[in-house]
Amino acid sequence: MWMIETPPFVPFFIGALILSFTRGMLRSAIMVAIPIVSAMHLMMVPEGIHLQFTFLEYQLTPYRVDKLSIMFGYVFHIAALIGIIYSLHLRDTMQQVSAMLYAGSALGAVFAGDLLTLFVFWELLAFTSVFLIWARRTQRSYDAGMRYLIIQVLSGVILLAGTLFYAHENNTLAFGYIGLDSVAGWLILIAFGIKCAFPIAHNWLTDAYPEATVTGTVFLSAFTTKVAVYALARAFPGAEILVYIGAAMTCFPIFFAVIENDLRRVLAYSLINQVGFMVVGIGIGTALAINGAVSHAFNDVIFKGLLFMSMGAVLQMTGRINGSDLGGLYKSMPKTTILCIVGAASISAFPLFSGFVSKSMVMSAALEEGYDWIWLMLLFASAGVFHHAGIKIPYFAFFAHDSGLKANDPPNNMLLAMAIAATLCIAIGIYPQALYSLLPYDTGYNPYDATHVLAQTQLLFFSALAFVWLNLKGLYPPELRSTNLDFDWIYRRAMPNVLQQLFSVIWQVDRSLRDALKLKLNLYLSYLSGKNDRLSILLSRDYPSGSMAMWVAVVLATYLFLSFIQ
Amino acid sequence: MKNDKKYLFDNPNNVKRLLHILYACCALLVVLDLVIHRHTMHEWEKLWFFYPVYGFIGCVVLVIVATWMRTFLMRSEEYYDNPTNTDVDNGSLKNDTLNKKGEHHVDD
Repeated sequence: MWMIETPPFVPFFIGALILSFTRGMLRSAIMVAIPIVSAMHLMMVPEGIHLQFTFLEYQLTPYRVDKLSIMFGYVFHIAALIGIIYSLHLRDTMQQVSAMLYAGSALGAVFAGDLLTLFVFWELLAFTSVFLIWARRTQRSYDAGMRYLIIQVLSGVILLAGTLFYAHENNTLAFGYIGLDSVAGWLILIAFGIKCAFPIAHNWLTDAYPEATVTGTVFLSAFTTKVAVYALARAFPGAEILVYIGAAMTCFPIFFAVIENDLRRVLAYSLINQVGFMVVGIGIGTALAINGAVSHAFNDVIFKGLLFMSMGAVLQMTGRINGSDLGGLYKSMPKTTILCIVGAASISAFPLFSGFVSKSMVMSAALEEGYDWIWLMLLFASAGVFHHAGIKIPYFAFFAHDSGLKANDPPNNMLLAMAIAATLCIAIGIYPQALYSLLPYDTGYNPYDATHVLAQTQLLFFSALAFVWLNLKGLYPPELRSTNLDFDWIYRRAMPNVLQQLFSVIWQVDRSLRDALKLKLNLYLSYLSGKNDRLSILLSRDYPSGSMAMWVAVVLATYLFLSFIQ
Repeated sequence: MKNDKKYLFDNPNNVKRLLHILYACCALLVVLDLVIHRHTMHEWEKLWFFYPVYGFIGCVVLVIVATWMRTFLMRSEEYYDNPTNTDVDNGSLKNDTLNKKGEHHVDD
């Protein structure tokens, strides 16, 4: 049946095309219908390879459905639907079309069965999403988008190089387990790592996401990093290096998040922290750990989306997003406050919220496999994420001192999108079996045993106590208008400066060399002319050039004369 | 719009109440630690009050380290907007660059 052979990115791409010709209600209806219809279609598709053809002697598989890919397929549909509802009030064709294309590219990437198709969608993800940043239409967002695009395209180029190596070594393009035994494996890992925001390759995320539009950030937070998590889970499960990289990712961003003022940038840092948990899970590689990683990706798309939506609502309604400017908004935006707290509770992994049922799987797997220190780091990161995303975000936006800002709750479509996300967060938290039934492995894991619940609740409540204590003691760092240097300082400041200095040195050396050479030339010239002067004054340096011309004329005339004589 | 309505946390007593609830919850959780038999997987977990203490100390350390990081990471908001911006920067790199400005010769 041809319907089954239609990969999920097709309706999104066709939808994007139709969007550019429609207006008003019709456009809104089409935008909402596409993810719903496509999701229903996906539910009917059985596992297996549904589209395959041969291209230049290589077998390409643009549509492969299995347990791993369909999990991401579902959550991307949910994310697309929520994001679209959230942005229904927009009258901006550029954003709506690029969001649709972006969601389609993400779906294309997770259902890609070969590396070449993956590469194509990998690059499409970059090119379609950058418009969500540029749509803010400020110089700042333009610059941030440019940096974002350069890094994303770099990741794609490395992926292509890795793919070529891989195809050469294995004579196939099939995208399955790759491992780290070859150059190809490492290149592909680096490519995935850049998109996954590995440490020191992470600044594209914290740089670009807060500069994107209110609605654009919601889409951005859902797709790019999760596609990378999916790709890692497919290609490098059990690669031990990922455990350490992931653990680093969980820990270092929380320090930056605590001192960051732009609340959407705080969320961007906490996005890296959450992706860190997934990367650790993939690195451990047991069935429980992979399940944990995948389900955490699923939940993260929803609760991080919810948090970005609530902060987007704040930005939309007040025009501000810095913690130093906000506060007391619970009075005028009560619904947003409650929805934000649900998202905060989910990301902090409170029992009965979605984060709890997935994060605890990764933690348990780390303990089971004997990664004690990693487990301690994850535990610290869990406390830390509660501290900055669970408390700081709602506290500085909605409570703290009264900023005197007058705002209202956002338009209904935005509230509806947030409500859907919040409902899902709670539903998954209360009834995790629904989520677990979709997972790649059946582990019979139960998050709600007394030990886990008690341990997590103790951890969180005492983290909250620490926050209160620090605040009362006046030790908590106040929100300050500031930029905090991160690794991007290297390529935004240090490298340009070093290059500038380098060029200034090169120019100086070049000038002195040329000066010295000129001096030498002059010396030789005057030496020669001095010698010549002593022999004859006819070709002297001090003679006008007219004399030279005259002597040439004389010589030529002599020749002429001589030729006549013959 | 003049907003004279009293909100929940405008009353300091409500804030106090909330804090007292938090303290009570924390106390309860500590007591539960002694009551509930936990299936620990790791020896550290067996320590009494491991999670509460770890959570509390972890967060305090986090905040103190982050505050300390501000001393060398914090710049003005417009730091990246202006390429010659040095503001609170005490690094020599940028000052040197500033001094060198205009010295290089594009052409001779």
